[in-house]
Amino acid sequence: MSEPLIRVEGLTKDYVMGSNVVPALRGVTLDIAAGEFVAVMGPSGSGKSTFMNLLGCLDHPSAGSYWFGGQEVSALSGDELAAVRNRKLGFVFQHFNLLARTSALDNVALPLLYGNVPASERYPRAERRLSQIGLADRIDHHPAQLSGGQQQRVAIARALVNDPQLVLADEPTGALDSRTSVEIMALLQQLNREGITIVLVTHEHDIANFAGRIISFRDGKVVEDRANEAKDAAAAL
Amino acid sequence: MNFAATLRIALLALRINKLRSALTMLGIIIGVAAVIVMIAVGNGAQARVEDQIRSLGSNIIMVLSGSMTSGGARGGSGSQPTITEDDAYALNREIDEIQAAAPSLRGSGQVVLGNTNWSTVFYGTSPEYLLVRDWPVIEGRGFEQAEINGAGKVALIGQTVALNLFGETNPVDQVVRINKVPLTIIGVLDRKGQNMMGQDQDDIVLMPISTARKRVLGSSRFAAGRNVGSIMVKVKDGADMAAAEARMRELLRQRHRLQTGQDDDFYVRNLSEILQAQEASSKVMSLLLAAVASVSLLVGGIGIMNIMLVSVTERTREIGLRMAVGARARDILTQFLVEAVTLSLIGGAIGILLGVGGAMAIAELANWRTELSGSSIVLAAGFAGAIGIFFGYYPARKASRLLPIEALRYE
Ligand SMILES: Nc1ncnc2c1ncn2[C@@H]1O[C@H](COP(=O)(O)OP(=O)(O)OP(=O)(O)O)[C@@H](O)[C@H]1O
Ligand SMILES: [Mg+2]
Repeated sequence: MSEPLIRVEGLTKDYVMGSNVVPALRGVTLDIAAGEFVAVMGPSGSGKSTFMNLLGCLDHPSAGSYWFGGQEVSALSGDELAAVRNRKLGFVFQHFNLLARTSALDNVALPLLYGNVPASERYPRAERRLSQIGLADRIDHHPAQLSGGQQQRVAIARALVNDPQLVLADEPTGALDSRTSVEIMALLQQLNREGITIVLVTHEHDIANFAGRIISFRDGKVVEDRANEAKDAAAAL
Repeated sequence: MNFAATLRIALLALRINKLRSALTMLGIIIGVAAVIVMIAVGNGAQARVEDQIRSLGSNIIMVLSGSMTSGGARGGSGSQPTITEDDAYALNREIDEIQAAAPSLRGSGQVVLGNTNWSTVFYGTSPEYLLVRDWPVIEGRGFEQAEINGAGKVALIGQTVALNLFGETNPVDQVVRINKVPLTIIGVLDRKGQNMMGQDQDDIVLMPISTARKRVLGSSRFAAGRNVGSIMVKVKDGADMAAAEARMRELLRQRHRLQTGQDDDFYVRNLSEILQAQEASSKVMSLLLAAVASVSLLVGGIGIMNIMLVSVTERTREIGLRMAVGARARDILTQFLVEAVTLSLIGGAIGILLGVGGAMAIAELANWRTELSGSSIVLAAGFAGAIGIFFGYYPARKASRLLPIEALRYE
């Protein structure tokens, strides 16, 4: 059996706030193989975002282990974690998190800047990603000059520009209308078919239905983990 | 991440908040400009004093008539002439430390040339006068001993007199009248500029002391006898001024037949010493000015720190995002540091331009002497950069120490 892309064992996160401790994640153990499209569901406060932040190397677990591509992540230093985020991960956020007053092209090229990719290579790569998601004619636009769906597509292009192995999307459709949401899902499905592993958090069953596997959280634990007959988002449009 | 990219990010961030960046820079601009102007003003004042020292000549001691004690009543300085031409010659002759001593009689009057005239001061003196004052004759010649002995009808004139009476034409060999006495101009003195009282030293006519006494001064109290108003003494280079002064005093007391216990009837003044004291105090003054100006530079630096702290707080989510896409702590640190240093350097550059312009404007408008120095400009620029680093470091470090997830979640 080939090694999974992600393996977590007993992953635990407690938020300490003064004297009381909020257990956000209480021992999550699971594997995600390369090429999977996973939807994470669960009620508000069940620990989905906490889980995603740990997968994204943005936060340290209180206990448990996390292997990414066979490498124990909890043992890495801050700079090494930054390098993992830069080379292997891509993030898509609910509120896009684009740099204001910065062109779509510069926004997309940002990860390459921190990856020491020379400018001569940076911009062609960013441009290629932007045209791939259908925004070739918007490269000079600032976020404020783009619709919500377009901004999220720019954010996806940014997540993809460094050819990541894993894209983490925490409620990427949370701020979009349903049709635009399906468009975004179609884009993600297409990327998944190209081989990128995707983990996505959503509250909506309709959205989760586009994934091949659905993991449900409750009170910081996995309560259900099942395969799903994925609907084709492109066909649903 | 390379430096060019960091610089681009910093410039972009500063451009996004143009007004705020400009206002932040204002502190540095004012500080740097103030330092440059103040140093220029201070240096100017110092240079003025130095020029005065140079124009006075070095190692100068003045001997003035003092009070004569007559029946218990004492007059002020110069109320009664007590020193004589012969005192000057004796000083010259008998004291080794003295290079030259020149007696002088001062008067004022109209110099008339045809139908133009100019009122000025004149001095009757000896050839040593030009030696004592390091004052070359640039056209014509100086006095000859025969002219001194024989009350020759000759005169030397300063640049101001030459300009006002003769304009462009050569004054040498022309005849002017002072108090109706015709004097042939034998030479023109080099330019000297202002003295320490702000008087124009080039507004002067020199003539042999005998000519002044016998022909020009007329009914003055100096017209008869050998008395003079003052004696100017130049001490040899390297000689001990204090020792020279003591020996002069001793010789004069002896010549004036003063008993032990009796007060001097003359004053001895070391002019170089007075000027040197002035120079020292103007040095302290310019240091003080620069120190005050540096305080405004410091305040400007605190302004930068303040704005950078606000900026870091405001852009916490941006910092989180940058970290999420792979920025290391040190990338964030350099970004904010470069922003602060860029602010202070641009501010410094504008401040230098304003400071240089301001120093020139002060020289032009207020007619103050200012002296711009390259080193003060380099110093101000270096200081501005250092302030950027010093005051930018804390906010930048604060930004770089944020945890990615906390920065991203910040509201
Ligand atoms: N920074 C924090 N400090 C303290 N407690 C936190 C922090 N972040 C999350 N929590 C707590 O941890 C628990 C899990 O939060 P998490 O954000 O993972 O939930 P979620 O499943 O993403 O919810 P939602 O669907 O509303 O986004 C919650 O009870 C929350 O209050
Ligand atoms: Mg959440």
